[in-house]
Amino acid sequence: MKTDYDVIVVGAGPAGSMTAYHAAKKGARVLMIEKRQEIGSSLRCAEGISKKGLDKAGIPIDKKWISAEMKGAKLVSPNGSVFRIDESQAGDEVGLVLERHRFDKYLAERAAKAGAEIRLKTAATCVIKEGNVVKGISGVSFGEPFKLSAGCVVGADGFESQTGRWGGLNTVIKMSDITSCFQYRMTGLKTEPDFCEFVLGSVAPGGYAWVFPKGGDTANVGMGVLASMLKKPGEVKFYIDKWIKKDPRLSCAQPLEAVGAAVSVSPPVEKSIADGLLLVGDAARVIDPITGGGIANGCIQGKFAGEVLGDCAQAKDFSELALKPYEKLWRDELENKLYRNWMAKEKMTTLTDAQLDGVIETLAECDIREMNVYNILAALKVKMPDLVKEFEEFI
Amino acid sequence: MNNDWMHVMVEKCMHCGACAGTCPENAIYLHEVLVEFNDCCTRCGRCVRLCPVGAITMEAKKK
Repeated sequence: MKTDYDVIVVGAGPAGSMTAYHAAKKGARVLMIEKRQEIGSSLRCAEGISKKGLDKAGIPIDKKWISAEMKGAKLVSPNGSVFRIDESQAGDEVGLVLERHRFDKYLAERAAKAGAEIRLKTAATCVIKEGNVVKGISGVSFGEPFKLSAGCVVGADGFESQTGRWGGLNTVIKMSDITSCFQYRMTGLKTEPDFCEFVLGSVAPGGYAWVFPKGGDTANVGMGVLASMLKKPGEVKFYIDKWIKKDPRLSCAQPLEAVGAAVSVSPPVEKSIADGLLLVGDAARVIDPITGGGIANGCIQGKFAGEVLGDCAQAKDFSELALKPYEKLWRDELENKLYRNWMAKEKMTTLTDAQLDGVIETLAECDIREMNVYNILAALKVKMPDLVKEFEEFI
Repeated sequence: MNNDWMHVMVEKCMHCGACAGTCPENAIYLHEVLVEFNDCCTRCGRCVRLCPVGAITMEAKKK
C-alpha cells in the first residue's frame, strides 16, 4: 500500500470530497480517508441547500440525490403567525432538500473518478510534525495502526475536527457559538410537502425548529438550541419532543430515524492554513451562523482548496505561503457574509418572543421576493433600524 | 485509554461528535461509535451540557 501522497484528506463529507476531486483533477496524488464504514452515513444534517449554493460550488444538479424541491419557505413566529414566500419568489436559502446518503457518495465518486484513492474505516489519530511543519498523519485503519506522509493534510473532519488543533490551528469555539441539535426523520406528517418551515422563539431557545420536507408526508423535523442557553443535560431532546407533542401536524407522525449533532454558529476560523495543513468545511467553521446551513459553503471552500492544492502539488510546495491563495479565495467569497450573519445571530438570540413576533409582523409587510438572509436583513434595516445597527455596514 | 471521571451512557449516546467538537482541550475523541476521554480533560462540563441527549456524566472530584 502506498504511504506517500501529495494530499491526504481527513473526512469524506462534501468538503473533503470536493477538495479531493479538484486536487486529483489537477494531478495531485490524493488519498481521502473516512473513519466510518460508509460515506454519507450516518446522517447529521437537515439536508437543505440552495440551488445558488450548488451552482457556486460548480456541482451540476443530479436528480438522484435530490429528495424534494421546494416551492417556498415559511417563518413561523412565537405567536404562531406565519410569514411565507412562495412559488415565483422563493428559494434562495433553501431551494432543495438533499438525500445526503447519496449526495456524499456522488461527490466521493467524482473524487475517485478524478483519481483520488479512498480508504474507509480509517481514522487519523494524530498529525505527524517536523518542527512546525505537518508532514503526514498517523492513525488506525481497520484496527491496524498506520503512518502516512503527505505534502498537505486537509482537515475535512467536520464539527468534531481535531486535525486543525493537532496541527496547531485554533478551532475552539464558545458555547454561545454552538447549537446543540436533535432531529427526527418523520413520516405521516400533516405539514406542507414543498415548504421548508422555520419556527422561531422560545420553542428552541437561541436557535430554531425546522421542518424540511423529504417527499410525500415525510420530512426532517429538527431543532437547534444555543448551547449557552442549555441548562441541563439532554435538554434539546426534551425541547423537540415537547414541540412535536404540542403541534398536531407533527404529533400524528412516526419517526424513521433520529440524529443528534452540534452545529457551529461562529465566525470562521482566524486561520485555515499552516505549513502542510489546511482546513475546509465545518472544520473551518464556515457554517452560516443564521441558517445553520453549511453544505454549500463547505463545497465552495473544497473547490478552492482542491484547486490551490493542485497547483501546490505541481510546484511541490505546500508551505503556508503556497497555500495562501486558498485562504484569500474563500475569504473573498464567504467571509463578509459569515461575519454579517454571525452578528445578526448575536442580536437575534437576545430577542424575546414578543420582539420576534414584531420582526415577523414587519417582514410580512415588506415586499420580499426571495427568502434569504440578506433580503430579510435589508428589510429590517429599513423598518427596524435599531435591530441591525451594530452591523448595518454589512447589509 | 479513558480517564476515570467522564462516562458515556452507551444506551443514550448517538455518536454524533457534538462533545468532541465542543471540547476546548481536545480531550474527547469519537471512534466511529465510541467516545473516549483522555487525561487532558479539565472537567469544564461543556460536553455534559451540550450533549443533545444527556448521555455524558461527570464524577465529582475526589478529595
